[in-house]
Amino acid sequence: MNDLVAEAGVKTLPVTVLTGYLGSGKTTLLNRILSENHGKRYAVIVNEFGEVGIDNDLIVESDEEIYEMNNGCVCCTVRGDLVRVVEGLMRRPGRFDAIVVETTGLADPAPVAQTFFMDDDVRAKTHLDAVVALVDAKHLPLRLKDSREAEDQIAFADVVVLNKTDLVTPEELADVEAAVRAINPSARIHRTERAGVPLEEVLDRGAFDLSRALENDPHFLDAEDPDHVCGPDCDHDHHHDHGHDHAHGDAHHHHGAVSPIHDATVTSISLRGGTMDPKRFFPWIQKVTQTDGPNILRLKGIIAFADDDDRYVVQGIHMLIEGDHQRKWKEDEKRESRIVFIGRELDREKLERSFMACQAQA
Amino acid sequence: MPSVAPFDIDDYCVAAAFLGDTPVFAAAGGLVHRLDGTGKASEAHDGLLCASLDADNARLICSGEDGRVTAIAADGTVEELASIGRKWIAQVAAGPRGAIGFAVGRTAYVRLPDGTLKEIAEERTVEGIAFAPKGLRVALARYNAVALHFAAAGGKPVELEWKGAHTGVTFSPDGRFVVSAMQENALHGWKLDAKGSDNRHMRMTGYPAKVKSLSWSAKGKWLASSGAPAAVVWPFSGKDGPMGKAPLELGTRGDAQVVAVACHPAEDVVAIGYSDGMVLAARLADKKEVLLRRPGKGPITSLAWSADGKRLAYGSEAGDCGVVDIAG
Ligand SMILES: [Zn+2]
Ligand SMILES: [Zn+2]
Repeated sequence: MNDLVAEAGVKTLPVTVLTGYLGSGKTTLLNRILSENHGKRYAVIVNEFGEVGIDNDLIVESDEEIYEMNNGCVCCTVRGDLVRVVEGLMRRPGRFDAIVVETTGLADPAPVAQTFFMDDDVRAKTHLDAVVALVDAKHLPLRLKDSREAEDQIAFADVVVLNKTDLVTPEELADVEAAVRAINPSARIHRTERAGVPLEEVLDRGAFDLSRALENDPHFLDAEDPDHVCGPDCDHDHHHDHGHDHAHGDAHHHHGAVSPIHDATVTSISLRGGTMDPKRFFPWIQKVTQTDGPNILRLKGIIAFADDDDRYVVQGIHMLIEGDHQRKWKEDEKRESRIVFIGRELDREKLERSFMACQAQA
Repeated sequence: MPSVAPFDIDDYCVAAAFLGDTPVFAAAGGLVHRLDGTGKASEAHDGLLCASLDADNARLICSGEDGRVTAIAADGTVEELASIGRKWIAQVAAGPRGAIGFAVGRTAYVRLPDGTLKEIAEERTVEGIAFAPKGLRVALARYNAVALHFAAAGGKPVELEWKGAHTGVTFSPDGRFVVSAMQENALHGWKLDAKGSDNRHMRMTGYPAKVKSLSWSAKGKWLASSGAPAAVVWPFSGKDGPMGKAPLELGTRGDAQVVAVACHPAEDVVAIGYSDGMVLAARLADKKEVLLRRPGKGPITSLAWSADGKRLAYGSEAGDCGVVDIAG
């Protein structure tokens, strides 16, 4: 098993992974990233030049090449082509500030994300910032029915941009949101038309930076507001710990229940417990990621350890797991442990029972 | 005492080489700098990705982000050998009699001595390319195999299968062995004249990092490699290559990794470049070391001996390159 340990003190360039089907608005968003005046220069790795209508020598075409890493394990994969292209780009680092990797609609996002943790050369120079999924509100129900990839992309995302909301009724939109939420309860969701999401909501998110992860995510497994969907009327970068009142005008809420349009093969399991005993928790999380790793797409958690004044955050992709102390618990914060597993064929009862058994004895 | 002539090219050095007596340094930005007293550079590419020395013709074959392959002569002349449109050509290799091989994605190209361009389709991305010492036979490294093709004749390739991603490849100078570097920090070798498939494989493992630099000793008795705190040098003089034998470890350091190696053209001596910019030479017979260059601004990317073995050119990621005169 590899640990997702960040190298301290070395400045690495952020990488945003953009997933989504053709027609999801991914190309529109890419064009905005390349052309809008935001003061940053992006190198963009695409599957085909043709999709992006902009001529720019920082756009690099690359064939998706999946390599298994440790002979045999199906989930321990990297994108070999990215290793090569990122290495090439980083030889001339002065030309850009960040990298965007676009993947095709049929791509599995895991190897892309894992490349930034499992390849030492790539990891020495870059870091994964966030996985952003573009979703076409109109066509998502069909996609979820006929492909596993659409589900994977949502399950993997830190940010879901729910696009083309103008093409659906409020009821349809609510159902689509519920489907996204049922697959991935911890992603930030943005509703947009014509991929008009503010770029700062998709770039430089620090979703894999343990000092920032979940910190700017006030809704992480929030019992008071489980169906929260972010829109243009809410801004999260000032922290709102309570009373976050959203008049999104949803016709109905599903409260984390199974959605009517999503025959789930991906499920999420959100667990909540008290303070944990580190001597039990660490062996447990290691074992879970070793044995269930191939089935776990993402995991994220905030853990309260007994006799520890710091919040501990963990996250993982398949068998990769990283964790670190993040910051002091605030006075008004409840010291409890929350963790979410997103994956397939996960045994909720077993995970819950074993998680609860990691709690410190009172 | 060896003396050092520093030469700062202010860019990542992809390759250092000698074209005849002239040391040249190919920079990632696309310039090929000459250390010949003029300080002049040739504009070879918009983004230079790979370079390979064609020693017979004293030219450096380069490939770039601009989809072109060029040959740079000692006087700085740039000749375009191929142009295939807007694709990164990340692999290029010079072959015998002026043949050139290069690869883009899943397609490899061989430009034959008469200028004909042959196209070879592979099922996976071609990550490495190397010519056999004779006969226009080319090895292509890819996922799960190294494929051997006869470039001029065509026909079905010989597939040397081994699971995993092969990211680089080299033939031994006598053509008996093919060795690949792998994504998973190992080398894999094949003995081409082995009887039966069981005893043809050679697994060379234990590296803490990927092997990015390989160099055969003068008579092909040894293969030096990077990827560890020492230069790992495998014996290939026996009938079965390194099987069942331990490699030599030369220039071991606790605080830096070996990132580049180059064997001397005549003696059993290897030049060793480190991640902190230091360069040593070490003799295989007694492991005796000589410091050639103190640590610099960045990791060594390339080492190249002059044909007479009296000078060593080195390139670095930070662009602080130079030439060491061994005799001083
Ligand atoms: Zn695995
Ligand atoms: Zn909100």
